[in-house]
Amino acid sequence: MRFIFKTRYEQDINLFQHGGQMFWYAVLGLVLMAAPFVVSSYVLTQLSQIFIYSIVAFGLMLLAGFTGQLSLGHAAFLAVGAYTEAVLAIAGVPFLVSVPLSGLFAAVVGIIVGLPALRVKGLYLGIATLAFGTIIEEIIARAEPITGGNAGLMVPPINLFGLRFADGPAFYYLAFAFALAAGLILINILRSPTGRAFVAIRDSEISAQSMGVNLAVYKTMSFAISAAFAGVAGALYAHNIRFLSPDQFTVVQSIELIMMVVIGGLGSIHGAVYGAIFLIALPQAINAVKPFLPLFLSEATGLQPTIFGLVLVLVVLFEPLGIYGAWLKTRTYFDLFPFYRQGMFRRQKAFQKSDRLK
Amino acid sequence: MQFIQLVISGLAQGCIYGLIALGFVLIYKATETVNFAQGELLMIGAFAGLFASTVLGLPYWLALVAAMIATAIVGFGLERVVLRPILGQSAVSIVMVTIGIGYMSRGLITMLPVVGTDTHTLPVPFRGEVFRVGGLVISAEHIVIIVTTIVLCALLAALFRYTKVGVAMQAMSQNQLAAYYMGIPVKRLSSLVWAIAAAVAAIAGILLAPLTFIHANMGLIGIKAFPAAVIGGFTSLPGAIVGGLIIGVVEQLAGFYLIEGFKDAAPFIVVLAMLIFKPNGLFGERLAKKV
Repeated sequence: MRFIFKTRYEQDINLFQHGGQMFWYAVLGLVLMAAPFVVSSYVLTQLSQIFIYSIVAFGLMLLAGFTGQLSLGHAAFLAVGAYTEAVLAIAGVPFLVSVPLSGLFAAVVGIIVGLPALRVKGLYLGIATLAFGTIIEEIIARAEPITGGNAGLMVPPINLFGLRFADGPAFYYLAFAFALAAGLILINILRSPTGRAFVAIRDSEISAQSMGVNLAVYKTMSFAISAAFAGVAGALYAHNIRFLSPDQFTVVQSIELIMMVVIGGLGSIHGAVYGAIFLIALPQAINAVKPFLPLFLSEATGLQPTIFGLVLVLVVLFEPLGIYGAWLKTRTYFDLFPFYRQGMFRRQKAFQKSDRLK
Repeated sequence: MQFIQLVISGLAQGCIYGLIALGFVLIYKATETVNFAQGELLMIGAFAGLFASTVLGLPYWLALVAAMIATAIVGFGLERVVLRPILGQSAVSIVMVTIGIGYMSRGLITMLPVVGTDTHTLPVPFRGEVFRVGGLVISAEHIVIIVTTIVLCALLAALFRYTKVGVAMQAMSQNQLAAYYMGIPVKRLSSLVWAIAAAVAAIAGILLAPLTFIHANMGLIGIKAFPAAVIGGFTSLPGAIVGGLIIGVVEQLAGFYLIEGFKDAAPFIVVLAMLIFKPNGLFGERLAKKV
């Protein structure tokens, strides 16, 4: 058990709370740096995917987990980023220019999508984002001269300083760097006044407004930042998958993205990463256990969605903080070893705030 | 003539959207939850109807009733087992639970040995029949859809107007706490509302079956019923049907008169315009927040 004796207010917002944390993050960083020398190229590709989805999850966590705005159209931002990057890369724009542009363009779209958020909230906002997502998907499918439509679009590999970041370790390190940067940006946003304004909006819009938080500005900003994260992730996604088609960015994909952050644990940065790991690792895990299942189960195509849905329902019912919450409980158990009690994390009985009263 | 023809098929399609939206509204009014699995209930209802008519050999109308009962039981069970424990939690968690249920049921249905990922055809007595009125060609399927929807709406209206249970449901949707104090069994009624919504979804599924066939992903049509519910105001039962009809007609007309691609996007463009200009919908109630 560690006690942190705080003597300055700044200690509350330190990047690392104590030396132990710094140590373990350093270990994790070293392990990830060393990974390409140890694991197979297949695992490496999966790890790159986890990094890319972590970036999306960071953005979505900021929006859904910290600002409390439900988005059911996030795949559209991913699509905007991916297609912008692909089109720019084909046009020969260097990677270092095209990635910020992808993020920027996605952010602009995010601002447009965020506009309804100023008038509607909760469920209506979810439906508005769902509608936007569908429309953007349809636009991409129809804008054939630019996006290749339903036939798809081939994406050239990244060319940076004359080096090719096509696949394997090179792309892995690139994705790692981007994910790390995204994580740091998110942490820094959250420990700044902006981040505290976001959290205030999530907890109570009326209180936030009374304390002088400009709802319109901050909600739009949250959408823009979240979309920019998704856009940058989309740019990397385009280079990783190398082939884009509109059916990679459907409503179902959007719903999987929001599932990712809910299962990971709404309202925690770690949760975003756990969710990304879950999303990528689950199909692999299912494939791994398939040979041991009875034939009618292993042959079924519906196995993965079933397990996904089941985990989601169980998480919301029994572990509202998701995977992060489970980890928190385990850690506290060992921290306080003989003194952990059953009710320590009991959910407070909440009374739903009615959406009907606006 | 062509225009009227399109409007009629749009109305028929719109009735389906309206029925799904009706399910959303019923559940939302009573329990303030949005059921993202409504489309999947429709799918379950369609499969139940298929099972009743092909395996059990029931005639069409009996199969419809059987499917309604089976799906109502599913809806009742869902409310009791999954949704009641999280009553009062934030709207996001409830939405996520219903999304999870939808995902699960879509996956589970493909695991059933005979069902799989194939498409199935529901045997209907009026398949392929058409009526010619003037220069119009109206298929029997469309007429059945429209007539059934009208009858169903009349029945539901009567239920809410004249029966004790219906009045209790109205009270509950206006003020749950006050209803509880008046001795209305709020919890049992919530389950009942879910059962009714599920039965309505089953009817929609069986009506839809001749138009699109029955398959595991037919529930995704539920996504298009959201615009219908929002246009109607999400708290108004007639609004849901009107919203559905608007969406159905707009979709048909957009598909015919506008360039390709507008057909699928049209409902969402309409709903966005609605949310921006009139967020409470056509029939929605406007309540001011009391601090």
